[in-house]
Amino acid sequence: MKNTLKITLAIVFILAAIFVIQSCTQNGNNKSALSSNIAERVYVAPGEHDEFYAFISGGFSGQLSVYGLPSGRLFRVIPVFSVDAEKGYGFNEETKPMLETSYGSIPWDDAHHPDISQTNGELDGRWCFINANNTPRIARISLQTFETEEILEIPNSAGNHSSSFVTENTEYVVAGTRFSVPIPQRDMPISEYKGNFKGAQSFIKVDPETGHMNVEFQIIMPGFNYDLAHPGRGASHGWMFFSTYNTEEAETLLEVNASQNDKDFIAAINWKKAEEYMAAGKFKEMPANYRHNVYDESTHMATSTTIETVKVLDPAELPGLVYLLPTPKSPHGCDVDPSGEYIIGSGKLSANLTAHSFTKMLKAIEEEKFDGEAYGIPILNYDDVVAGVVEQAGLGPLHTEFDGKGNGYTTFFISSEVVKWKLGTWEVVDRKPTYYSVGHLMIPGGNSRKPFGKYALAMNKITKDRYLPTGPELTQSAQLYDITGEKMELLLDFPTIGEPHYAAGIPADLIKPNSKKFYKLEDNNHPFAVKNEKDTRVEREGKTVHVYMTTIRSHFAPDNIEGVKVGDKVYFHITNLEQDYDVPHGVGIIGANTSELLIMPGQTETFIWEPKLEGVWPFYCTDFCSALHQEMQGYVRVSAADSDIELSWSLDGE
Amino acid sequence: MKKIIHYLIIPVLFLAGSCGQSGQGTTEAASELPNNTPKGQASVVDEESAKNILQVAIGSSDHSTLVAAVQAAEIEHVLVNAGPLTVFAPTNDAFAALPEGTVDNLLLPENKASLATILTRHAAPGSYDLESLIKNAEKGRTLYMATGDYLEITVDGDEVRVGGAKVIGTIQTSNGIINVVDQVILP
Repeated sequence: MKNTLKITLAIVFILAAIFVIQSCTQNGNNKSALSSNIAERVYVAPGEHDEFYAFISGGFSGQLSVYGLPSGRLFRVIPVFSVDAEKGYGFNEETKPMLETSYGSIPWDDAHHPDISQTNGELDGRWCFINANNTPRIARISLQTFETEEILEIPNSAGNHSSSFVTENTEYVVAGTRFSVPIPQRDMPISEYKGNFKGAQSFIKVDPETGHMNVEFQIIMPGFNYDLAHPGRGASHGWMFFSTYNTEEAETLLEVNASQNDKDFIAAINWKKAEEYMAAGKFKEMPANYRHNVYDESTHMATSTTIETVKVLDPAELPGLVYLLPTPKSPHGCDVDPSGEYIIGSGKLSANLTAHSFTKMLKAIEEEKFDGEAYGIPILNYDDVVAGVVEQAGLGPLHTEFDGKGNGYTTFFISSEVVKWKLGTWEVVDRKPTYYSVGHLMIPGGNSRKPFGKYALAMNKITKDRYLPTGPELTQSAQLYDITGEKMELLLDFPTIGEPHYAAGIPADLIKPNSKKFYKLEDNNHPFAVKNEKDTRVEREGKTVHVYMTTIRSHFAPDNIEGVKVGDKVYFHITNLEQDYDVPHGVGIIGANTSELLIMPGQTETFIWEPKLEGVWPFYCTDFCSALHQEMQGYVRVSAADSDIELSWSLDGE
Repeated sequence: MKKIIHYLIIPVLFLAGSCGQSGQGTTEAASELPNNTPKGQASVVDEESAKNILQVAIGSSDHSTLVAAVQAAEIEHVLVNAGPLTVFAPTNDAFAALPEGTVDNLLLPENKASLATILTRHAAPGSYDLESLIKNAEKGRTLYMATGDYLEITVDGDEVRVGGAKVIGTIQTSNGIINVVDQVILP
């Protein structure tokens, strides 16, 4: 009996020992992580700054989020294509025009691929561009104010996905259509897709001084789907490469019908040639209807204008403009290495990665090594353009970034991993899992001649059990890898805003010194601005009332208004008189059918209030501005529509 | 029986212990935080914004004693806070007019707290320029100071006094108002 007990206890202790050893071994991964100071490598002490900015697309949130790396801390969500009540974006009178389209005002979109402006092939930190996928638009965001300054609608496009990538000197931002559509749009049977639908690739010229964009020309391509794009650089500067799928031109059940061809194409567009054709007048000008919305920092207001024509080029009629590079199999990513020599196609349904050589492509073109044509566009012979293949790299390759040290890093959705491989030898060097099902990857400066190969950020589509659960809808995630060694090391993962499809990273030092602190009151040209309290007033024009109001710590001027009537339309034009960093004031009034205003120092913003009931209605500052923030309030007296109470306003009785 | 338990427990504990230890080493290394400067917000570098009360005072040669006193009392951050704050700023002459040795004595480290109280008694929450002081005097109001004291405002012709000290100039700053006064306001 005793022996049995002894044996049982012995077994229990041995099992316990094994358990401890095992848990120790499991921790062992963490332990080695800890002993290599992973926590310290992402730890940015209180008050210290991150080394990189990461601009991460918000996907179906329509916005662009700004994170710090390596900490993964979220600093700001920049409203771009979706309204943002927190910031008044799309609600105040000044920004409403930003969301105008040819379809009317649209409060939402699906924001995909941010890319930072470049000079001489290197990040210059001036602007960030991002595309709206659903109602095709490109936005330009100032990296001084971190505000959306411009949104350009793209005509003839649908599913604006192979966008918004910039060329070496930000000559162009490209916007390629994902869905082919009838051009011009017309009522026709869907079954007549093949041969009739077209895919427009837009080249948007960027003014080097102001950043203002216009659709310089569109190349009307065959009715494939166009997925992603990247510009040539170095020797290949002047070319733009687009991946295609559904070269079968199926219009239904694409998951099967668009997976039939063994190879689809990477379309190589010679945009310098396109410029020659444009200069020679070889374009057609076709009617169009699209909006161009520009926010003016001086008036603090956006305007929306309609553009009614677009210039298009037909590659079938213009030799040398476009060539097709056969690429297996429904390629998603189309990525150009920092030297500009290799164009990497990530065939979603292929186990291999395909690297095309720009040098070989030029030679094949020169020697006319063609393998037929598609709608008048020459198809180059695969063997004459391919430089190498990364064999059996993983399952479901999506996107490749580069570290500037001769390595490519490709994400694999199905096998849920990042794979590091060598350019030129095409051998796999390392692979690390992602948690889970990674989409895109970002290395700061990855789309440039000069990547900053310290970190790679993988953006995952699925998180399941990675965080505390939050009901059926879970956050997506970003995972940070240290890529300075031979092997990648997972450092951190953090939740994201919306669904991050792509990101652009940049050393903080390229942006930080230029970040605007506030707007100068003397430069404020808003038509309803008032620059001192003495000029504040209330004016009536029929049933419209304009309130010229100011804010300064800690009061509104005026803060008592009488003589407003039921049925009036009251415009509150509020100028924040502060000239001090980080002192915005907000405002909200009971019953307003719009958002608050959040007014930066020196800025003027406007909201409309339509009082429906008689009474005395308070308004107040919504941003904790000062020690007397709770005192920052006022009242509007609303009288009956037929009341004869005169309009009056005051602050402290004056 | 007991022996067996001891015999078995020791390696288990040892293993558990060895597992935990490597973690600890890292925690220590990571927990070294930089010291926060006692100046707080006063250490923010910002050349563009309109100047705050402290920056204006530092830039005024008439207020070097006040600035030295603020620094000795380590209340710089109060004067750069979002405010709004009204500071009655005695000039150097005002400090010099105090009985000999008073200022030197207050600047001693052991008198830091009383110095802070004296200085804080020169600050009122809110924005009170000359016009507003006159208006408050007309309404018979006293001025509530940051120490909880109430100071009397008197107006005599063009002359405005607060707690007996004459206002000889008013400067608008980003986070409030400086009223320059000719005396230190003592309790």
